[in-house]
Amino acid sequence: MAPLLEVSDLRIQFQTDDGLVRAVDGLSFTLERGRTLGIVGESGSGKSVTSMGIMGLHQGTKARITGYIRLDGEDLVSASPARVRELRGSKMSMIFQDPLSSLHPYYTVGAQIMEAYRVHNKVSKQAARNHAVDLLGRVGIPTPESRLDDYPHQFSGGMRQRVMIAMALSCDPELLIADEPTTALDVTVQAQILDLISTLQSEFGSAVIIITHDLGVVAELSDDILVMYAGRIAEYGAAADIFGRPDHPYTWGLLASMPRLDRARETRLVPIPGTPPSLIRVPPGCPFHPRCRYTELVGGHRCQTDVPPLREAVTPGHAAACHLTADQRARQWADLSADKLPGEVQADEAAGEPEAREPV
Amino acid sequence: MIYFIIRRLILTVFLLLLVSMITFAIFFLVPRLAGQTAYQLAAQYVGRNPIPSEIKAVEIKLGLNAPLYLQYGRYIKGIVAGIHYNNGTDISYCPFPCFGYSFRNQQPVWPQLISDAPVTLSIAIGASVLWLIGGVSIGVLSALRRGSIFDRFSMGVALAGVSLPVFFTGLIALELFSYKWPIFPNVHYVGITTNPLLWARNLVLPWITLAFLYAALYARLTRAGMLETMGEDYIRTARAKGLPERTVVLKHGLRAALTPIVTIFGLDLGLLLGGAILTETTYSFPGLGQFTILAIQNQDLPEIMGVVMIASFFIVVANMIVDILYAVVDPRVRF
Repeated sequence: MAPLLEVSDLRIQFQTDDGLVRAVDGLSFTLERGRTLGIVGESGSGKSVTSMGIMGLHQGTKARITGYIRLDGEDLVSASPARVRELRGSKMSMIFQDPLSSLHPYYTVGAQIMEAYRVHNKVSKQAARNHAVDLLGRVGIPTPESRLDDYPHQFSGGMRQRVMIAMALSCDPELLIADEPTTALDVTVQAQILDLISTLQSEFGSAVIIITHDLGVVAELSDDILVMYAGRIAEYGAAADIFGRPDHPYTWGLLASMPRLDRARETRLVPIPGTPPSLIRVPPGCPFHPRCRYTELVGGHRCQTDVPPLREAVTPGHAAACHLTADQRARQWADLSADKLPGEVQADEAAGEPEAREPV
Repeated sequence: MIYFIIRRLILTVFLLLLVSMITFAIFFLVPRLAGQTAYQLAAQYVGRNPIPSEIKAVEIKLGLNAPLYLQYGRYIKGIVAGIHYNNGTDISYCPFPCFGYSFRNQQPVWPQLISDAPVTLSIAIGASVLWLIGGVSIGVLSALRRGSIFDRFSMGVALAGVSLPVFFTGLIALELFSYKWPIFPNVHYVGITTNPLLWARNLVLPWITLAFLYAALYARLTRAGMLETMGEDYIRTARAKGLPERTVVLKHGLRAALTPIVTIFGLDLGLLLGGAILTETTYSFPGLGQFTILAIQNQDLPEIMGVVMIASFFIVVANMIVDILYAVVDPRVRF
């Protein structure tokens, strides 16, 4: 059986006055039914553009999309806008980052959920209402019958995100895309929402794509992880592999910049130096090379000139795009995981720049 | 919601009282503060070249020598119950609701206001329907086709519309469509009860003239509002649900963009109901606007005062209706 979602060589570009923005540049991955894929990356790495591309939300804008996005074997890039609209909300749906601004302030949550259901299902208002009550109950909103006629501003942040989830699940989608679903929420509520997504996933059997900059979020939920950098894949593999044996300097940087409970409190967080590249002028060669600490280990100037291919190095299905040899990476990671963080030296040297000390 | 409306109503009554106080103060307190005697003040109510006995009579009838709060009380009493202006020898009766008595014309102001109001009402209501429909739809189309030829053309026309005064466009319209090509010959006001067909036919030009000005304003407002709302997150959500673009634009986009337009519409309409002065004057329609102009030309203070009260009444009431409408349109306002 073909995978539910198959993205191959996806490129999404925007022509702007400043030049061509290559937001997504040759992205390929597959997602099986019932599985969860975490897409991780900094702001501007192309995560959200990818998800909007899958949902067909770039249609009608000036975005240029090439490559394939096959949902259940059907290519969405070449499909008519009307066809993609039919699939949108029914076969695939999406949860957004900020549930307050993503819900329409002038309509009750019930009306918004019923609208999502009725646009794809020819049912009576009463049937849609019952369905909406059922959904609100399933996402854990107490007394759903009475909350149905409340407006979004009458809900708390976490409850609002539950409403968004109920709305996204109204047509029993096979693919659910959650774009930073917990970023705008209180930390205490974040875990609840993640639990809810994972519970509902097993209940509805949907495949889920979680998009986040927070490795903690994907660690909890994902089967597979895709680390994006400058619109390309840096590393791709099973979650256990990526957390157990990360194989790309960028992933190392992400992990080192994250606070961890199993380290001493005195251990400094190590930021990745520099800033994410402009997607108009992506650095030649490996897009990460201006911020990479290991370019000198690679012979010649290959990091600056050659784009590294995505190669499986450690375990099958676990690939990284880096010029370092497998041995070099194994040694570096061994050093890193032994807490001899080589970045510490550089970080101390850079102490004069306070902004460089903030965790990414 | 009911509670909210009741509170608004009470506030409106207070506001109207305040308006009456200020109006009263401008007409009766300020001249006295400026040093006018009661006799001099009364002289202004009688007309040109008055004889002293007439002035004295008015002074007593208006009670200009009484303390100010008594004068104000009499004024309010006139509005709510009618009043007899009595100087012992003859009585001028001003029945309820007495918004002043013109000693010059020897008649109360209110019946004149009532007889002129339908003209203004006809112009204002008709034009407002036209400009609301025209302006909003042009604005929406412009926003959706931003940068297109339609957008540029209509926004250019809108800029012209906002800039051109009614007495210019009105005269051009009269010249073209009444004289050169007499589609609407001999434009004059005919009451709707007299002949509805003729009423509408004669109003077409004033409607278009007035609507052109406002439609231009509303088209720009709607366009700006739509451009803003169509970039909101909830529009993306609506699209992500798989709604047809029509529904996204009208039900989700326009619905939110309309809120500020409702506000301005209420205020504009309230302002116009107090007299569409320029339009009425251009087309010589005997409405409240023309009444105002005549009252000012004749320096007939009670008439001016009556028109001021009526006009502010319309604005205050329009404000109240806008407030209530706002709560209906935007659920976040209900508190």
